Amino acid sequence: MSRVGVFICHCGVNIASVVNVEGLTEFASGLDGVIIAKDYKYMCSDVGAQLIKDTIKEYNLDGVVIASCSPRMHEHTFRVVAEDGGINPFRVEIVNIREQCSWAHDDRDKATKKAKLLVNAAVAKALLLEPLEKSKTPVVHNALVIGGGIAGIQASLDLADDGFKVYLVEKEPSIGGRMSQLDKTFPTLDCSSCILTPKMMEVGNHRNIELMTYCEIVSVEGSIGNYKVKVRKKPRYVDVEKCTGCTDCVNACRMKGKVPDEFNMKLGNRSAIYMPFPQAIPLKCTIDPNSCIYLRTGKCGKGPLCVEACEAGAIDFKQKEEIVDINVGSIVVATGYDLLDPSSLYEYGYSRSKDVITTLELERLISPSGPTGGEILLPSSGEKPESVTFILCVGSRDETQCSWCCRVGCMSALKHIHLLREHLGTGVEINLFYTDIRSFGKGYEEFYRSTRAKEVNFFRGRPSEVRCVSDGLKIDIFDTITGKLFEIKTGMVVLVPALVPRADSEEFARIMNLTRSRDGFFLEAHPKLRPVDTCVNGIFIAGCCQGPKDIADTVSQASGAASKAAAILSKDELENDPMIAWVDPVICVGCGICVEVCPYSARILNEVTRIAEVDEALCTGCGACVSACPSNASVHKSFTKQQIIQMVDSII
Amino acid sequence: MEEFEPKIVGFLCNWCTYAGADLAGTSRIQYPPNIRVIRLMCSGSVDSIYIMKAILEGADAVLIGGCHPGDCHYLNGNYKARRKIVLVKNILETLGMEKERIWIRWISASEGQKFADTVREIVEETKKLGPNPVAQRWNI
Ligand SMILES: Cc1cc2nc3c(=O)[nH]c(=O)nc-3n(C[C@H](O)[C@H](O)[C@H](O)COP(=O)(O)OP(=O)(O)OC[C@H]3O[C@@H](n4cnc5c(N)ncnc54)[C@H](O)[C@@H]3O)c2cc1C
Ligand code: FES
Repeated sequence: MSRVGVFICHCGVNIASVVNVEGLTEFASGLDGVIIAKDYKYMCSDVGAQLIKDTIKEYNLDGVVIASCSPRMHEHTFRVVAEDGGINPFRVEIVNIREQCSWAHDDRDKATKKAKLLVNAAVAKALLLEPLEKSKTPVVHNALVIGGGIAGIQASLDLADDGFKVYLVEKEPSIGGRMSQLDKTFPTLDCSSCILTPKMMEVGNHRNIELMTYCEIVSVEGSIGNYKVKVRKKPRYVDVEKCTGCTDCVNACRMKGKVPDEFNMKLGNRSAIYMPFPQAIPLKCTIDPNSCIYLRTGKCGKGPLCVEACEAGAIDFKQKEEIVDINVGSIVVATGYDLLDPSSLYEYGYSRSKDVITTLELERLISPSGPTGGEILLPSSGEKPESVTFILCVGSRDETQCSWCCRVGCMSALKHIHLLREHLGTGVEINLFYTDIRSFGKGYEEFYRSTRAKEVNFFRGRPSEVRCVSDGLKIDIFDTITGKLFEIKTGMVVLVPALVPRADSEEFARIMNLTRSRDGFFLEAHPKLRPVDTCVNGIFIAGCCQGPKDIADTVSQASGAASKAAAILSKDELENDPMIAWVDPVICVGCGICVEVCPYSARILNEVTRIAEVDEALCTGCGACVSACPSNASVHKSFTKQQIIQMVDSII
Repeated sequence: MEEFEPKIVGFLCNWCTYAGADLAGTSRIQYPPNIRVIRLMCSGSVDSIYIMKAILEGADAVLIGGCHPGDCHYLNGNYKARRKIVLVKNILETLGMEKERIWIRWISASEGQKFADTVREIVEETKKLGPNPVAQRWNI
């Protein structure tokens, strides 16, 4: 039989003015299993804490009930006091007689009666509370960052500068992500590569970063502090140790100028062996197996010209895919976003006219390293456009497509207006169809105002179908500000499509055990208070994989995620919360219901014993598995069924 | 005769409704003391047995309180609770008991007033229903 002590706090007059504390103490001392009951003015004070500790020793108690403020206030305080007093900290039960009694009721008798019932129930539970031990997991001091866009780059640099070894896994041949495709960036119009390239170089040269480009995650096992990850290294068919990045092979390739170039949004062509862009990190060539004549047919003329051109002898057609095992303590996911493909939206004419392009394509046209060398030319004729029309919110804020705002569309179009004026002068006509202009960031509204001064025709409304006519494009727009219908004739239409989750995000979420919100982006643990945590302990998210955002927000989130990841890595051991689930192996029949119910994948059905097991590092102690278990084999420690049922019994 | 004072057992999730009940107190919003709260980590951990047990022990009403849909601290425990409550209500009905005695409400940590209003509403509605007949029938 347990030896429980009950301690009742007056909280000055906060409790004592409504609840009859003396009567309550007397009631408590008469309860079965209660050895002693005491009251004191402030239990949470040093004197109160000493009183508890002394009483524990004097009466040789092994459990305590503390009737005071909400457990959300001082549960932790009292657990520590009890531990200092020599009893297991999990044999403490708090009764909330302040927030949920004295502060909410003014009838002294009724409040005291309620307090008695609450104490009665807490004692019933306390008698059944088991001592719990915090288990410990040793921490592997390495980090994994997935995705090498600006988010992944920032997170990797932060972690590496903190002294941790970082594996940065990027599926493309180079890091850089979408930002490397941008020309200039709002709201300051600084050149994207000027601010990105130095960071990419730093990643490439950092002694703590192991860069794994052209790689993909195959599987993730284990839990916070110790993840075992398998990474697939795709063959580049180029020995990166030997390749000097001279690109002589690229110019020699028989496919030169014949393969649509993804980096340039297919507005230009590349060779089968290619360097994604001049600032690529690593600065190594890659052979695309889908277009390489040798890899497809086993022969290329009298011999592959790349092999001939490469003085370093780096071409290696025998390379095979490799699986690499890495072991890390925490993970930052930064896999970014895709743009909605507007060809699915017939009305915008994207699939009908070459001169209907997306903003990302325009970025490549404006870029000096792009397919036109920075000249803005109509893709159909190669001539300079006389009129350019932007359509905002293509697929965004549209219940039938993407209900969300892309958060960068308005600003990127405003940026393009500045750049078009710079490149094409005042002669070109610029129209912009918008729903609302969202310029919410620091300096954004000012940027919007300065764009308004650029002689642009702003129309508020959603346009009609884009019609292809003999000498250009025609669109009707009903401007809701003037209430008038306009017919616009224009040379080039620039669509600002919605930002959407990566095409493989469902599959990737499955590999990582992440959850996605309704829009398909990865879900944070709490939208406001835990924006970079996920439902999996030790895995954090940053950048646009969590939802659309601009570079500034991406970078702050990446630094946030990195510091959270570093907080784990800086420990030698992690303490696990012991108030989690446990399975009684004698009772479990291996039905597997708990495995399905667990939102954290903390349940495994042991293949050999056919018994469910709990991964203590993944379990968060929500108790869903316990109430779902049909055989009562699952136990929620400190909230066991017996404990709760005893409480129900004693509270009515 | 003494006025009937319903006994209400509340199973509240730690993160939302329990915190909402705390806020009612912190804001000194008054509500009837008929409710006795048992704190659980999540509404999804409320076992059907708890509800049945409370009713059999003579509770006149039971409240299950959780986070708003989509806001559960453990992602989807409240959806699990919602499904479970439908089943429990069906079982009660089959056994000839009033399913109206079971309440499920989503009350967030910022909704102290809503918690107080909910308790008041349950007390009023339960007074209309009268005492839980199970208790009298079995003379518990
Ligand atoms: C047209 C346009 C213009 C823009 N202009 C601006 C601007 O001027 N200013 C501004 O602040 N913002 C701008 N933005 C927004 C900006 O692009 C984003 O904020 C930023 O690129 C987000 O970075 P990220 O690292 O989250 O994602 P990304 O840049 O998408 O990087 C993700 C990286 O992860 C890699 N990856 C994806 N999946 C995997 C996987 N499964 N395994 C391994 N690696 C993977 C990708 O290859 C990529 O390298 C613009 C956006 C658009 C569309
Ligand atoms: S935590 Fe509140 S309902 Fe799940």
